[in-house]
Amino acid sequence: MPNKILLIAEHDGARLNLATAKCVTCARSIPEAEITIAVFAADGAAVAAEAAALSGVAQVLRIDHPAHAQPLAATIAPQAAKLAVDYGYVLGPSTTFGKDLMPRIAALLDAPQLSDVMAVESATRFRRPMYAGNAIVTAEVPTGARLVATVRTASFEAAGTGGSAVISTVSVDADLPSHTRFVSLSAAKSDRPDLQTAARVISGGRALGSAENFQMLYRLADRLGAAVGASRAAVDAGYAANDMQVGQTGKIIAPELYMAFGISGAIQHLTGIKDARTIVAVNKDPEAPIFEVADIGLVGDLFQVVPELEKLLSQSQ
Amino acid sequence: MKRILVSIKRVVDYNVRVRVKPDGSGVVTDGVKMSINPFDEIAVEEALRIRERGLAEEVVVATIGPADCQQQLRTALAMGADRALHVQTEAAIEPLTAAKVLLKLVEREQPLLAILGKQAIDDDSSQTGQMLAALWNRPQATFASKVEIDGDMARVTREVDAGLETLEVDLPAVITTDLRLNEPRYVKLPDIMKAKKKPLETLDLGALGVAAVERIRLLRFEPPAQRTKGTMVKDVNELVDALRKRGLV
Repeated sequence: MPNKILLIAEHDGARLNLATAKCVTCARSIPEAEITIAVFAADGAAVAAEAAALSGVAQVLRIDHPAHAQPLAATIAPQAAKLAVDYGYVLGPSTTFGKDLMPRIAALLDAPQLSDVMAVESATRFRRPMYAGNAIVTAEVPTGARLVATVRTASFEAAGTGGSAVISTVSVDADLPSHTRFVSLSAAKSDRPDLQTAARVISGGRALGSAENFQMLYRLADRLGAAVGASRAAVDAGYAANDMQVGQTGKIIAPELYMAFGISGAIQHLTGIKDARTIVAVNKDPEAPIFEVADIGLVGDLFQVVPELEKLLSQSQ
Repeated sequence: MKRILVSIKRVVDYNVRVRVKPDGSGVVTDGVKMSINPFDEIAVEEALRIRERGLAEEVVVATIGPADCQQQLRTALAMGADRALHVQTEAAIEPLTAAKVLLKLVEREQPLLAILGKQAIDDDSSQTGQMLAALWNRPQATFASKVEIDGDMARVTREVDAGLETLEVDLPAVITTDLRLNEPRYVKLPDIMKAKKKPLETLDLGALGVAAVERIRLLRFEPPAQRTKGTMVKDVNELVDALRKRGLV
């Protein structure tokens, strides 16, 4: 008996989000997986074609409706829940789209949800992080019961292309609510990469001393094409904006390169960076806890190190 | 009465280094500082601000859990909530069960808004608010960084991956809070004294007609792969060399 999996596609109306291809890889690691991707869009032709080309996908369902021009959970959930009746698993990415939508579907199905699945051990056993990744838990769900899950996309490679799944257009008989209305979307207007997804991140702590001094980090970040983050202490002191906070109560990030300047390494900060590939720490205090997790450490005054670093890097480019 | 229901959760304080028990049965909580989940504290603060702007008359704070949770309810009362509901249980509560309990409280209290933290920093599920909205068949505005009440609707700015999204929702509705929404107030000693006299009602989980079903069994807890201490460099030149060697610059 195949395990029928319904995967809700994330897209921007024109292109499939890479997160969906990563969810396909997660879904394929469920034994006997038979994967269907559901595309809720105003006109899903292009997105459905992309989804159908993902390797390992059996079927793509297009649910076109003008109300799907924006991905509102209140609109998609009742339809997805009706479709899900034929499936044992309902999956979505653990992005803000999936985090918003999937629990609403789970509740309508009266099904349990596992968030941030990072590994599949069997059809009923999964691993996921808790306590901001300070504990990895193996969770078991009942055999034969329907499961809703979000997929921690950083844990899976994107599925390749070369597939040729059948695309069918379906309509779902569900009442679409009018109580939730989309008003606007303003994209982050910074020219710098997004902190959450950037390959390189430069962060500053309270040792920066002022918002003006943070400019130094912005210049270095621009030199490296990096995003800029801050410790909670720097945010609390007003040196950096709230949305720059890296840590358990801010953003949990996993860049290729993380450079921490004047950050001592409070637990709540370290929790937010421990999945970074390489951590570089610069701090005056040789006893700073950040050095315990840093791959490369330098004891020094950031007000000398940062300009010098910028100079050396500009010479090399 | 125009009422706001806020649900809070007692969790290990965000400053505590969480450690997995050697037998893998969970994390160490004995003798560990417990606090209101930080996102829930933001939810309490937002409800108070809405009340202080005259757009609501009463803030009711609720929690589900063992007797110790009353400490966190008292903290929320000291912040300024008007009364508290404690749904008492020793059982582990999954998000869907929590949502079913909150639905019962919603039916009882008839709030114009239910505000919850976007996630609890213990299980990191980020499910309960959305599930409550589904069961209640009302709008949800998750990960809110700005809330404006306008008559019988709310305009909510949400922090989404693509930027800031604004939704308009009819009330009643469920809102879940993101970090940027506000900065919770500090509790002063006189407020703590005053909070002791505020009403705190204890309800029994079973009497509400909700069963604490365990559908997700947590078999084993493990610590994450540990990072090891790397190398120290002497100066910026060595730092740049080390970065180059790793192909990072």
